[in-house]
Amino acid sequence: MSNVKHAIKLNYDTEWEYAPAPESTDHISLKDRYDLFIGGEFVAPKSGVYFDTINPANEKILASVAQAGAADVDRAVKAARGAYENVWSKMKPAERGKFIYRIARIIQERAREFAVIESMDGGKPIRESRDVDVPLAAAHFFYYAGWADKLDYAFPHKTPKPLGVAGQIIPWNFPLLMAAWKIAPALACGNTVVLKPAETTPLTAMKLAEVIQAADLPPGVVNIITGDGSTGASIVDHDGIDKIAFTGSTDVGKIIQRAVAGGDKKYTLELGGKAANIIFDDAPIDQAVEGVVNAIFFNQGHVCCAGSRLLVQESVAEEVVTKLKERMQTLIVGDPMDKNTDIGAINSAAQLERINAYLELGQKEGAAMYQAGGKTPKKGYWCRPTLFTDVSQSHRVVREEIFGPVLAIQTFRTLDEAVTKANNTQYGLSGGVWTDKGAKIFKVGQKIRAGVIWANTFNKFDPTSPFGGYKESGVGREGGLHGLSAYLNLH
Amino acid sequence: MDKNIKTEERFAQPANVETASAPKTAKSKLRTSPASAPRLGVEKTYKLYINGKFPRTESGRYFAVTDAKGRIVANMCRASRKDFREAVVAARAAFSGWSSASAYLRGQILYRVAEMLEGRSEQFVGELTTMGLSKRAAAQEVTAAIDCIVYYAGWTDKYQQIFSSVNPVASSHFNFSILEPTGVVSTIAPQEKCLLGFVSEIAPIIAGGNTAVALASEENPLCAVSFAEVLHSSDVPPGVVNILSGFRDELTEQFASHMDVNAVIYNGEDMNAIKLVQEQAANNIKRVIIRKKPAAPDPYQIMDVQETKTTWHPIGG
Repeated sequence: MSNVKHAIKLNYDTEWEYAPAPESTDHISLKDRYDLFIGGEFVAPKSGVYFDTINPANEKILASVAQAGAADVDRAVKAARGAYENVWSKMKPAERGKFIYRIARIIQERAREFAVIESMDGGKPIRESRDVDVPLAAAHFFYYAGWADKLDYAFPHKTPKPLGVAGQIIPWNFPLLMAAWKIAPALACGNTVVLKPAETTPLTAMKLAEVIQAADLPPGVVNIITGDGSTGASIVDHDGIDKIAFTGSTDVGKIIQRAVAGGDKKYTLELGGKAANIIFDDAPIDQAVEGVVNAIFFNQGHVCCAGSRLLVQESVAEEVVTKLKERMQTLIVGDPMDKNTDIGAINSAAQLERINAYLELGQKEGAAMYQAGGKTPKKGYWCRPTLFTDVSQSHRVVREEIFGPVLAIQTFRTLDEAVTKANNTQYGLSGGVWTDKGAKIFKVGQKIRAGVIWANTFNKFDPTSPFGGYKESGVGREGGLHGLSAYLNLH
Repeated sequence: MDKNIKTEERFAQPANVETASAPKTAKSKLRTSPASAPRLGVEKTYKLYINGKFPRTESGRYFAVTDAKGRIVANMCRASRKDFREAVVAARAAFSGWSSASAYLRGQILYRVAEMLEGRSEQFVGELTTMGLSKRAAAQEVTAAIDCIVYYAGWTDKYQQIFSSVNPVASSHFNFSILEPTGVVSTIAPQEKCLLGFVSEIAPIIAGGNTAVALASEENPLCAVSFAEVLHSSDVPPGVVNILSGFRDELTEQFASHMDVNAVIYNGEDMNAIKLVQEQAANNIKRVIIRKKPAAPDPYQIMDVQETKTTWHPIGG
């Protein structure tokens, strides 16, 4: 420890306190109850069942939403099919594009409302929903809108044709952004959509339905239906669906891949990850530590491409871990609506339970656990930023996706050892490398078997940038030109 | 299974030890000896091709391939699941080297394969005619196979330029997407066009830097197995292409389910087999490519077994 320079520390536990800086919620409008958005209208579910969605930061009910049953899914698919056959596939591509531009613009206009609701429903810090989720969602629609009348240029020697009706199932970690990732390219390519948001985060999707209505999209082009896993299964099994786009766990991805076997449905899967962030001894250490914080604590670690493993070169391991712990002590865990909050609420009680089970398991397996101090609110679901050291490749906290603010740290001596450890996983979604040496970036970047490599940065996203995994992290790409092929037949 | 393939299981001895007892009249057609000089032809033993070597199946089993007139041409190795697993080990071991070989080198090696095939044209025409093709059709298939390899040899250093991208992200980063091979690819080659179908299958896989384990046409495996000799003399590193002969019914599931295979290609229209492949592929989220009908060579077949990798780096001082 002696040669590591410590940061100047302020003790926020006893002597200092941050003044609250809450985002106001008086400008948003939320209904008590949300029906299904089918055929351009909000309709009550045939199932007659509703369920509550709560704010994970205070466990208060925000609204109740409809549980779509098989009959409701059928109705939504028929609406989408009708809109596909009669309107959307016949529309001039440029006009199609203009509808999508409209969606982008309205999201931008209502950005603050979307950000607030996203943080209330999902628990993520307002800083993130305001600066990342919502602007990126708008950007995604804006980017793909422009592709609608340019598809002929994307795939040389091929004639692209839409697939038909896309069934899209999205997760709870980036609710609005994932809806945009799915809907924007599907529409640009001439498909119509049945989208199911996650059970715990349905509200921004329902607000998006309002936007779609306001944008005057032809009824049935986008249908948004809420529900649990059984609703998702009904979508996957429905004969009227031509394509399944799923983002979620690898386990469910495998179920879907099996379920569509023997049929004609196309599919893209964005699944789990256990990415390694590799820090070499020639890296700018302070910058790298900041990058590691962003890699694992961004969005409470509820990120499939999170840098949930850290590989540090032995000679700088002590320095990195010390600095990381010091930095973790300054992270503010608490009210997502506070503009100073770094780590918000865990998305649900069930997810918190999963994370806590891993914390227990890690210690039981012999790993050393470190958690930054600090108080967390009494109500709500919270997990303080956590490190595991003294772990080996066989520890389950090193191998399995925890999907929380939990980092496992290993060391290495040589580049080859780092690469071998990084690739020793069933996943291959992302990877990080920190070094001042350009040649090393290219070498390591080439050897990591993953779909996204962040070099001297981490967790960056853009609509023009293809995203998706190798190995068990998924099939297909979303974003950019490459994301178009998921929604086209190339003849 | 095709009617003219007879199967027997042998446990005690390797397949070819007892072949003298089997009628082999058709085989002599491949290597004729003039009547004036009565000389017994030296017949080829058809074996598997794993890791750059020609082993017999570890199972000791065989199946007889007969010509158009029902005469036995060869006793083929009936590869087992264990043979397949060993082939995957070889393909995995070869992946690192082959995938990092330069595109130029891969192109030259593929071109060399075409050269070697051209030099052995007669042998392949002979095998095809033995199995019932007219001389003209056989010659056409062989030249098409050679040209197919030359076509893909030319793509090795070009598809990257067509299908990769630099992405204009809004933040201050340099961002680019390149293609990398998916990994180990297992493929069940078409039953029809046993040479051209096989070559059209292998060429795009290895042109893109993947390694392959292929099951030859069950109805007519001769050419695919002989093609191993072409690969062997063409600087294709051991393990890059591994070739098995055997039964689709027995091996399809293994080709699709193996946990160290990254992509599986199935050629054919058997809906039960297709469903099986798609289901088993889910074990490790394999990429699944189903080809019901043969397709003309194009770079999209290389793309079928490529991954897109996107790299970000900050721009700044």
